[in-house]
Amino acid sequence: MPFALPIAQPAPASPRPPAPARAAANASLAAAAPEPMGFFTDTTVCIGCKACEVACKEWNQLPARGDGGAHLEMSGQSYDNTLTLSGDTWRHVKFIEQFPEPYHGRWLMMSDVCKHCVQAPCLEVCPTGAIIRTEFDTVAIQSDTCNGCRDCISACPFGVIEINHVSGTAQKCTMCYDRISVGLEPACSKACPTDSIQFGPISELRTRAGARVAQLQAQGEKGAYLYGADPTGPLGGLNAFFLLVDEPEVYGLPREPKMPTRNLVRGSMLSTIGAFMMAFVGALSLRARRITEVQQASGPKGE
Amino acid sequence: MHPRDMVHSDCIVIMGSNMAECHPVAFRWPVQARMNGATLIHVDPRFTRTSANCDIHAPIRAGSDIAFLGGIINHVLNSQRWNDDPFFQTFASMYTNAATIISPEFKDTEDLDGIFSGLTAFTEDPQWPYSGEVGNYNPESWQYARTASAGNGESQHNPVAAPAAGGVRPAAAPAPKSWDALVHSLLKPPPRTDRTMRDPHCVLQILKRHFARYSPELVEQVTGCPSEKFLQVAEAVLRNSGADRTTSFAYAVAWTQHTDGVQIIGCCALLQLLLGNMGRPGGGIMALRGHAAIQGSTDIPTLYHSIHGYMNHPSAIQPHDTLHDYLAAETVPTGYWANQPKFMVSYLKSMYGDAATAANNWGYDWHPKIIGDHSHLATMSAMAEGKIKGMLCVGQNPATSLNGSAQRAAMRKLDWLVVKDNWLTETAMQWKNGPEITDGTVKVADIATEVFFFPSTQVGEYEGSFTNTHRMLQWHSKAADPPGDCRTDTWFYYRLGKILKARYASSTLPRDEGFQHLLWDFDRDPEPGRAPDVLAEPDEHKILREINGYQSADPSKQLSGYAELKDDGSTLCASWIYCGVYPAWDRNLSARRIPDPPGVPGAELNWGWSWPSNRRLLYNRASADPAGNPWSERKRWVWWDKSVPNGQNPVTGAATAPGRWVGYDVPDFNLTLAPNAKPKPGAIGLDALSGTDPFIMKPDGKGWLFVPTGLVDGPLPVHYEPVESPVHNQLYARQSSPVFKWWSRGKPYNAIAPVGDPRFPCVITTYRLTEHYLSGAMSRWLPHLAELQPELFIEIGAGLAQERGISNLDFVKISTPRHQIRARALVTNRVGVMTIGGKRVHHVGMPWHWGWQGLAVGDVTNDLTSWVGDPNVSIHEGKAFVCNVEKA
Repeated sequence: MPFALPIAQPAPASPRPPAPARAAANASLAAAAPEPMGFFTDTTVCIGCKACEVACKEWNQLPARGDGGAHLEMSGQSYDNTLTLSGDTWRHVKFIEQFPEPYHGRWLMMSDVCKHCVQAPCLEVCPTGAIIRTEFDTVAIQSDTCNGCRDCISACPFGVIEINHVSGTAQKCTMCYDRISVGLEPACSKACPTDSIQFGPISELRTRAGARVAQLQAQGEKGAYLYGADPTGPLGGLNAFFLLVDEPEVYGLPREPKMPTRNLVRGSMLSTIGAFMMAFVGALSLRARRITEVQQASGPKGE
Repeated sequence: MHPRDMVHSDCIVIMGSNMAECHPVAFRWPVQARMNGATLIHVDPRFTRTSANCDIHAPIRAGSDIAFLGGIINHVLNSQRWNDDPFFQTFASMYTNAATIISPEFKDTEDLDGIFSGLTAFTEDPQWPYSGEVGNYNPESWQYARTASAGNGESQHNPVAAPAAGGVRPAAAPAPKSWDALVHSLLKPPPRTDRTMRDPHCVLQILKRHFARYSPELVEQVTGCPSEKFLQVAEAVLRNSGADRTTSFAYAVAWTQHTDGVQIIGCCALLQLLLGNMGRPGGGIMALRGHAAIQGSTDIPTLYHSIHGYMNHPSAIQPHDTLHDYLAAETVPTGYWANQPKFMVSYLKSMYGDAATAANNWGYDWHPKIIGDHSHLATMSAMAEGKIKGMLCVGQNPATSLNGSAQRAAMRKLDWLVVKDNWLTETAMQWKNGPEITDGTVKVADIATEVFFFPSTQVGEYEGSFTNTHRMLQWHSKAADPPGDCRTDTWFYYRLGKILKARYASSTLPRDEGFQHLLWDFDRDPEPGRAPDVLAEPDEHKILREINGYQSADPSKQLSGYAELKDDGSTLCASWIYCGVYPAWDRNLSARRIPDPPGVPGAELNWGWSWPSNRRLLYNRASADPAGNPWSERKRWVWWDKSVPNGQNPVTGAATAPGRWVGYDVPDFNLTLAPNAKPKPGAIGLDALSGTDPFIMKPDGKGWLFVPTGLVDGPLPVHYEPVESPVHNQLYARQSSPVFKWWSRGKPYNAIAPVGDPRFPCVITTYRLTEHYLSGAMSRWLPHLAELQPELFIEIGAGLAQERGISNLDFVKISTPRHQIRARALVTNRVGVMTIGGKRVHHVGMPWHWGWQGLAVGDVTNDLTSWVGDPNVSIHEGKAFVCNVEKA
């Protein structure tokens, strides 16, 4: 079903106003805090057309890889010649061939993107404050304050962020912040012909996604489940979540994505204990030396 | 049918198409149907992105489609359900020609081991313009048996009739006031029928015998598809057909591009008619078009053999000497085509305007006539022999087309070549850096062709209409001026026409009168307050208004529909099927964009405009039962409402009986013809049909299971092997279609591998990918697309890779008797080995988007293909041939 953009809904839940009214309501957006927005990517209806990749690059003016796309080699990994999300590629369609023998198997496709984590590791580690949480509860990198330190790259448990080779700064999906702030849907979901990528308020998407899982289960797809839709799950839930039919690792997703600060308490405890132990050992050795010195200074007695 | 209607299907069989990859936008509807519980099936040699989104993938060898479909037909005819369910029996006996009796002279392929009666072999070496393999069919024995002898000496129209005898043509009499008398003279006695469908010569009994040997076991032997998988498909199709359910089929060029492509599609139509899946929501056959306006290019044709609105092109090798002869040969006296004189005279008025008069037979003599097969490959074949001096090549890239090296060699024999495109395509550059130049076999200095390049606009740079696969015209606006000298194709041809008119203005030769009288006035009128158009583009609205048609005496009076067309010259209409799209001077219905309100059943009638008459489902009378009621509530579409008043007869003033066809769609039927109405004896046109004859374009109003006229290769589909095949035909002694077209026969550049040639053991098919478009002329120059599929590859199975020592990404050599090319290997179990007639056959496939120009470059896949084609439509066999694959 085509998505109708409801981003300007006033905070109290009310029946969605008709389209012209919504447009008018957009004008008063500043007054009302918008709902958290996100992507629901239903991989069972992805046809691997890569329209999302192209629409993303066109809208966000991202460069093609290589010399304008020329002199590139194919990867040989199914129909995936993009291979990874990066600073130049903010949507990436994965192709997973599962064919134990000729003509018997399945071909999974999944359009991957920044997860816009509710507890975002990248945001947490950014030393300059370039990574921010927007009014739509999405995560965005402000290029002008990014110093290219790469901390966010190693912090992201999904491998989403990379340095854009034109700007020299860390870049990733903005959920088309410039589009959604004026009431348009992001370029990728707009271009998706089968509604595999759906954009909307997270609460609405979660309801729709739950119903879709139930439908698939009823139709016999027992492996269908949601990845990242649970607000009590890892990272407080993902604002870009997925419907999958195989283990997360099959799609190159971590089973338990973690915050880099997950070890903070234990780590700092260990450091503290370590420091104390160092101090203690130091003190011991100082004491031992002092005893030796004193003994040497007083010399042998009463012999 | 149309893509949006597929959402109403309970089962969708995609066969001869890779819909998800090649029609990704339309594929949204099958996806939605599947979400609603429909079963999706993909029958294809490869497991593709389409198969990935289907419930069942049935692998078959390329070129074995009729064996598979014939197997389903046999399964259906033998099933308990089809024979017991009154829906199927009623639909077949009332709405199709299943009950019609065929001439006892008819002999089936079962009787003659793979050929039909009427085959006449060539007595001398066949030459251009026509070249069937063995000869031609005379379809006389395929005709309906009639209630009385025709007796008027009128012979059936023969598509390959000899040229009219005698060199001197008698002066034609002036055109009559009306052509009705001529149409009446063409009437034949009605066909004989047996409503019980038990007569051994009736169509149903012929069908049963014809397909009796197409068993699941035979299907497996011929197609390589395991019989259990085949039965799964056949059962799903049968289960999802009936009064309450409908199945649709979707196909694209993987059905057309065969030496029997038309018969494959006909076979599907036959099956869908048997299952009652025609004229009903979610039923029918989705002919997927690969191009935004390819439907438009057959409606207002770029095809050589037809003129606007699917009328045959006047021909010098047919009895078409005068307008009277043409209409006598081409008009079908019963059914809607009886109006052809009106369409033709209105068309001639659109060509020659006021100069077309009754005295000069509406200018018919000025109209060009074809003299043979002018299709693309026939033309290239003639060009290769130096018979053609120049070529205008617009929106086409023959340097990468079928048997590409032969096409490039042919073009090097031209005196001049015009290429009009967005980029310097392979065709524009073949003289400078084509493979033959770079490998040194041809020197640039030895090529005498003068090449002209005209840069083209892109679609956002001009206004105009697209006609999509739904026969729907959608107007689009201009977003920006084109850069530099880029101009539209319309500008190019309009300017060319003007220049030619000026060139011939003072000629006294009779042959140039056509140019002198040509109505050619589409100049843009100055708009007040707007600067003159410096691009000098013609006015697209004027063109569409002329296509729609207007009163000859007053060009401001647009016609509202083709029912207004006259055969006396008072109406002017370029294409009768488009009549109604521009019903008033300022009403362009193709620009409408009003969707139906959500949740209300409807046909989106206010979105764009579909020909004919804005109908969305053709032959939709069939969506109601013979009494005019919907077959079921679930499949309601068009029905008879007996309570609608019809007012007074406009002529007599007498009260008329109430009752009218109504529904969600525009009914495709005489609106007030009651379901119980009988045909009027001796009548022409629609009056000759009854209230239960939904297929109004057919002379008998029936859907044709058996096709007595119109096809040159037989009245029923037959499994023939592709011209190049690894195996012998397991059904008949006859290997391939006896009448397939074979251009440049015997020439070394069009060599054909014999059956089972051990040098070329693999079956290969060619195809497109989502990431590129056709020869790549619109995609390989775009960085964002080039990076997604940067290199040419061949998909080979893991088994073949192991046998030949090929690893993933290795370069391999692919060879056919015509040529050899190089590509990367993509090793995958999505294709593989099949067992065909006990023989292990490796199936491989290659996309054909590459060439040496642009950003992403690669060898030309089409260099491998040959010049053989379908005898009905002259399309090539690019989907099934044989090759060898070796490590490079």
